[in-house]
Amino acid sequence: MMSLPQASSVASRVDTLFYAMLGLSAIVVIGVFTVIVWFATKYRHGSKADRTRADSKSPGLEMTWTLLPFGLFIVIFAWSIALFADMSRAPENATSVYVVAKQWMWTVQHEGGQRELNTLHVPLHQPTRLVMTSQDVIHSFYVPAFRVKQDVLPGRFTQLWFEPTQTGTFDLFCAEFCGTDHSRMIGSVVVMVPADYSHWLNEHVGPGLSERGADLFRHLGCSGCHDPHSGIHAPLLEGLYGRTVPLQDGTWVRVDDRYIHDSILLPAKEVAAGYEPIMPTYSGRIGEEDVLALIAYLKVIGGASHEQH
Amino acid sequence: MSSIDAGISGLPAEKPTTAPEGTYLTEQPGVLSWLTTHDHKRIAILYAVAITAFFFTGGLAAALIRLELVTPAGDLMTAESYNKAFTFHGVVMVWFFLIPSIPTTLGNFLLPLMIGARDVAFPRLNLMSWYLYITGGIFTIVCLLAGGVDTGWTFYTPFSTMFSNSHVILTVVGVFIVGFSSILTGLNFIVTIHTMRTRGMTWFRLPLFVWSMYGVSLVMMLATPVLAMTLALIALERLLGLGIFDPALGGDPLLFQHFFWFYSHPAVYIMILPAMGVVSELITASVRRRIFGYDFMVYSIMGIAVIGFLVWGHHMFVSGQSMYASIVFSILSFIVAVPSAVKVFNWTATLYKGDISFGAPMLYALGFVGLFMLGGLTGLFLAATALDVNLTDTYFVVAHFHYIMVGGAVMAYLGGIHFWWPKVTGRMYSEGWARFAAIIMFFGFNLTFFPQYLLGYEGMPRRYHEYPPQFQVLNVLSSAGSTILALSYLLPLGYLGWSLRYGPRASANPWRAQGLEWTVPSPPPVHNFDETPVVTDGPYAYEAP
Repeated sequence: MMSLPQASSVASRVDTLFYAMLGLSAIVVIGVFTVIVWFATKYRHGSKADRTRADSKSPGLEMTWTLLPFGLFIVIFAWSIALFADMSRAPENATSVYVVAKQWMWTVQHEGGQRELNTLHVPLHQPTRLVMTSQDVIHSFYVPAFRVKQDVLPGRFTQLWFEPTQTGTFDLFCAEFCGTDHSRMIGSVVVMVPADYSHWLNEHVGPGLSERGADLFRHLGCSGCHDPHSGIHAPLLEGLYGRTVPLQDGTWVRVDDRYIHDSILLPAKEVAAGYEPIMPTYSGRIGEEDVLALIAYLKVIGGASHEQH
Repeated sequence: MSSIDAGISGLPAEKPTTAPEGTYLTEQPGVLSWLTTHDHKRIAILYAVAITAFFFTGGLAAALIRLELVTPAGDLMTAESYNKAFTFHGVVMVWFFLIPSIPTTLGNFLLPLMIGARDVAFPRLNLMSWYLYITGGIFTIVCLLAGGVDTGWTFYTPFSTMFSNSHVILTVVGVFIVGFSSILTGLNFIVTIHTMRTRGMTWFRLPLFVWSMYGVSLVMMLATPVLAMTLALIALERLLGLGIFDPALGGDPLLFQHFFWFYSHPAVYIMILPAMGVVSELITASVRRRIFGYDFMVYSIMGIAVIGFLVWGHHMFVSGQSMYASIVFSILSFIVAVPSAVKVFNWTATLYKGDISFGAPMLYALGFVGLFMLGGLTGLFLAATALDVNLTDTYFVVAHFHYIMVGGAVMAYLGGIHFWWPKVTGRMYSEGWARFAAIIMFFGFNLTFFPQYLLGYEGMPRRYHEYPPQFQVLNVLSSAGSTILALSYLLPLGYLGWSLRYGPRASANPWRAQGLEWTVPSPPPVHNFDETPVVTDGPYAYEAP
């Protein structure tokens, strides 16, 4: 039997829980099976076994086998949740990589402008956080060797993090059925020692994500309205990222990745207070990779100041 | 032939030889009289015929899937055809076989007999349910002939609403219609159990099969409308472009998953609760003892039915749902497993000091207990969030739910069909063939689905038309098992069909079993009971041997 590598910091912890539950299940299965075979043999029709005083209820016994599994379940639940919480929260120092899924491929953008298709290069022993969205239907980013999986949804950013503990090339699968070529939406994650990884980054360097965003900001005409010198009444975007702003309907929203994403693609959804809903939608005109680049740019011009708010 | 005459008890039963007169089968001959019947027993037969046809149609799709997966490359079908095959398999098996299987056949036939009633509360509604079922089925078959649907039985949005180029609407309409058949059957059973119990048949004297029909009817009535609503919303988004689930239109795809699993998780209990009811009847009759812990068995049926409504989010641990929601759904999923564990322990304890015979029904029942236990325990792995992250959407999940729905529900269904066959048809079947089929079914099933647990843990995602070569060995094992499994499903078609014409005539109670259904002739007369029976004791009152 082939065995799956434990190639991330959580993999061995996941396997320990798995094998603990497997052991417990084996005890239950063998226990019940043994009792069934024992009774089935001893009390088979025609046997001379003693059948007197056969009770058909025993509240004590029944409470025991109600409460005992319940107690065990609570223990497993607590164990599992502790691990799940660690798997759900990325460490502060994780490097962000941006993934866009589409029928039927994975596109990857690194902060430094490196772009990949169906491959993801990551450094060994350093946490990587994937910020993911989909261009079309729901996909799921699954690396069995890391024991991590996260659905990738259109119109929403989901995150997944891992810290590789082995170098090598590992399978990347799409785990959520996404149409005709679902089974071909596979790729690989390449884990490199940090020196090799830096080398790889330098070889594939391109315009940085936020620089590309700045270009797009001009080419798509965003600056025509959102520039301080523009004659059109549109929100200024400098220093905006991370702040909480009022909306026309009286509610407040935090300017984060999701809000910027939706403001570009669905501008009529949450209109900032004091502005006319005149922004045209860019849905269908630009892809999710470009939206990510624009967000990166708005973070740069809007960042730094927001910690003070 | 001694095994036939000996009955489950091992004691010879009286053997009638002449054809009984005035039974529900012979009175009013002619196809039209069957198609317009209000008799719950005849309606049960109508369902049984249709359900058997759907089972083998869905099974054919499964056979194609297993054949394709023998090799890693997609060499038998195109990706599109493969996707349509597993969608068809899922849709047909879930909605046209598993959900209606036990309630509409055994339930329709036995429920009035077990509580001493003349018929169900609304006989015309009962017939209408069958027509709704058939109409929904025709839509699904038409969809297949028109070119099929490729969304999976789960219809996840926005793929199903905005991206799939197949016959989503036609299929959704079919499932929508069959849903009303479920709702009406549930309504009918609840009213029947509340109002038509004979004198002395108090709630805590009801056979567990009746309790399971009560629990399942509640779930069918309360969950199915949510499915109908969800399917209607899919149709609205697909036809009119209303933004409900597609984010490009301002909708939310996770909303669909919440709606869908709010129905579809309870739907699993629609499949398994009746199976638990059947198995309780089979075991007590074969062991000749009262069920161990009757009260706990009743509470666990109702506990499963109620808590089953609160666990749907465990299908969504990696969907992007909040971590805190996942924690709550995880603990509730562990809690719903407690009553199932209690049932397994109580069935086992029922064997203690029994007088056990191993006829075909008992073999099916024991097979059920074993496979249900494996399916249930692996369900706990999936309830554990940290493990589910790795296992969800892999073959581990496929194996898990097949152990419950096929290993569990189908074993119990077939066990029930054998146990009540003499009552329904008035004929005995070949005990040797029946035992043989039950045994190879157990082994064929394990060979088919156990390798899929391993495939899932190794990381093979489900719904893959092609797969990396490291998964081939286990896939070949699984496909090999499926040929044995297919044979074991075809065998009963042969020997049960044979018994319809050539089987020895059955007495009123060939198993010497307890229960009101065994007090009437086999097959029963149209009006069920000559005199209204009066009940003076709880169920399974087998005397000490």
